[in-house]
Amino acid sequence: MTTTTMKPEDVLVSFQKKFPDGITQPRIERGTSGTLKTEFCHLWFRVELDVFKEAVRHLFTFEQYPHFAVTSGYDLGDIIELVYHFSLFHGERGRELSMNMTVSLPKKNPVIDTITDLIPGALISEQEKQEMLGVIVRGIPKDVRVFVADDIPQGVYPWRRDETGPAKLVRNLHEGEL
Amino acid sequence: MTASRTTYQIPIGPIHPALKEPVNFHFEIDGEKIINVDIHLGHVHRSIEWAGTKRNFIQVLYLAERICGICSYCHPMSLALAVEHAAHIQVPERAEYLRVVHAELERIASHILWAGVAAHEIGFDSVLFLTWQVRESVLDLIEYLTGNRITKGITMIGGVRRDITEEMVPRIHATLKDLKKQVEKLQHVMLDDSTIQMRCRNCGILTKEDALKLCAVGPTTRASGVRKDVRLDQPYFAFGDLDFDYVTPDVLTGEVHGDVYDRIIVRLLEVKQSIDLIEQCLERLPPGDIVAEPKIPTLLASLKKVTGEGIGRMEAPRGEVFHYVRLTAAESLFSWKVRAPTYSNILPWIPMLLGQQIADIPIIAASIDPCMSCTNRVTLVQNNEPRMVDRERLHQLSIEKTRRMCL
Repeated sequence: MTTTTMKPEDVLVSFQKKFPDGITQPRIERGTSGTLKTEFCHLWFRVELDVFKEAVRHLFTFEQYPHFAVTSGYDLGDIIELVYHFSLFHGERGRELSMNMTVSLPKKNPVIDTITDLIPGALISEQEKQEMLGVIVRGIPKDVRVFVADDIPQGVYPWRRDETGPAKLVRNLHEGEL
Repeated sequence: MTASRTTYQIPIGPIHPALKEPVNFHFEIDGEKIINVDIHLGHVHRSIEWAGTKRNFIQVLYLAERICGICSYCHPMSLALAVEHAAHIQVPERAEYLRVVHAELERIASHILWAGVAAHEIGFDSVLFLTWQVRESVLDLIEYLTGNRITKGITMIGGVRRDITEEMVPRIHATLKDLKKQVEKLQHVMLDDSTIQMRCRNCGILTKEDALKLCAVGPTTRASGVRKDVRLDQPYFAFGDLDFDYVTPDVLTGEVHGDVYDRIIVRLLEVKQSIDLIEQCLERLPPGDIVAEPKIPTLLASLKKVTGEGIGRMEAPRGEVFHYVRLTAAESLFSWKVRAPTYSNILPWIPMLLGQQIADIPIIAASIDPCMSCTNRVTLVQNNEPRMVDRERLHQLSIEKTRRMCL
């Protein structure tokens, strides 16, 4: 497959056509750098959980190997949000498009499909989201801890902001006795 | 007669001199050949992202600087980029050029350090000492420009903290001139040496397809022929103004093997490229401010009104550094995700190591320039009888292989 770079607007329209009800809150952020005002572009949108995997699969219509950078994530109370950071069209000067897909998971059932069958390089990031946020990645090929130490109790998730967060494990040295 | 196992296990790490930070390999070995490898991380996870959400926007820059002692500029600067994107801060043009100078000095210091470590891993310690001598002049220049050698304290949201004045330029040119000579020498020593070629050519191959599938970054992926460099793909700072191109090994040799030798080629050529980029910056350095908002209290007051999210991407010496921030009109970041390049280059280790010999482990492990630290013990478990093989023994195995190949 030969990769042809596309405008961010065209990429977004392609997603919106493919998933008419699944893509929301799109925004294209442009900026410039240097004296030549070289433009860069970041595309953001939210994707519904039920079409998330297909949305990732849709990236392959633009490029044979879309690049996956990492997944960010945070706890918003009743939901956990994950932001999948991809990029398309590297290899040609100034043409790369950063793509950021946000997906919300209910905290009561924070399950999301693995994308490692599509992008094997996403494995470590998926493992990290499991242990840091308590997300369950369905179909992950290697379901073991990767960053969190073995002595951190099961059921404690360092990025959570509720009772399952790390508060009980934190030692504030300034509060200790001399 | 009972069937006996034909393979045995070698755990390496979490502490080992080939690794700048702890990581743990479990190798399954058949004779001398690696037939399986599993990798365990996280031995020094410091919860920096969590700690970063407890500090204000300036304090967190200095925390980011301490993520990595070698990429102590890339991390705070990627964080600054992410915050600037979220807060729509336009950086002055002069600051964008100054940012390139510091980024490329960091790349030079890192790549030369790596060349020394790689040479040491195959028993070529005279090159190690040569690289340390060369790197010292770069660190002296960094100290001259920033006041510090390692944690530079040069980053500021919206620009940089110190200017490069007219009087400083001759000293920079003098160091770069000397550096060019030293790098030519280093390139000759490392690339024209038949022993290095024997140890590194066709060793630890990462195919282009594997590099793409496993999302490898930096010199690791470029050495496999992938044209991927954030400075060019999505220019930031003043990189869009400068004349340079992707460095892949075929630039020098006309072909791509994706092996350890190609990773040496890419890094050495990138040192030369970095020198050229700094010279271009000094030639074109525009006048003007070095920071968008010089008053820290004003900057903090404006940032704590911002709601939004942003990403910051930089081509660090080891590849793309990626920072994500989410701001919620508060004193500190609501969410901060840091992804260092080694995070993306861990999985590519597996295809590089499979089928290779035990003695090749140090140089292959070092070839991605992993950002993980080191120490000195390995345990061999054979027939359920563990015996310790220290760092010296493993290093000795590597040297013995070099000598065998030279006979």
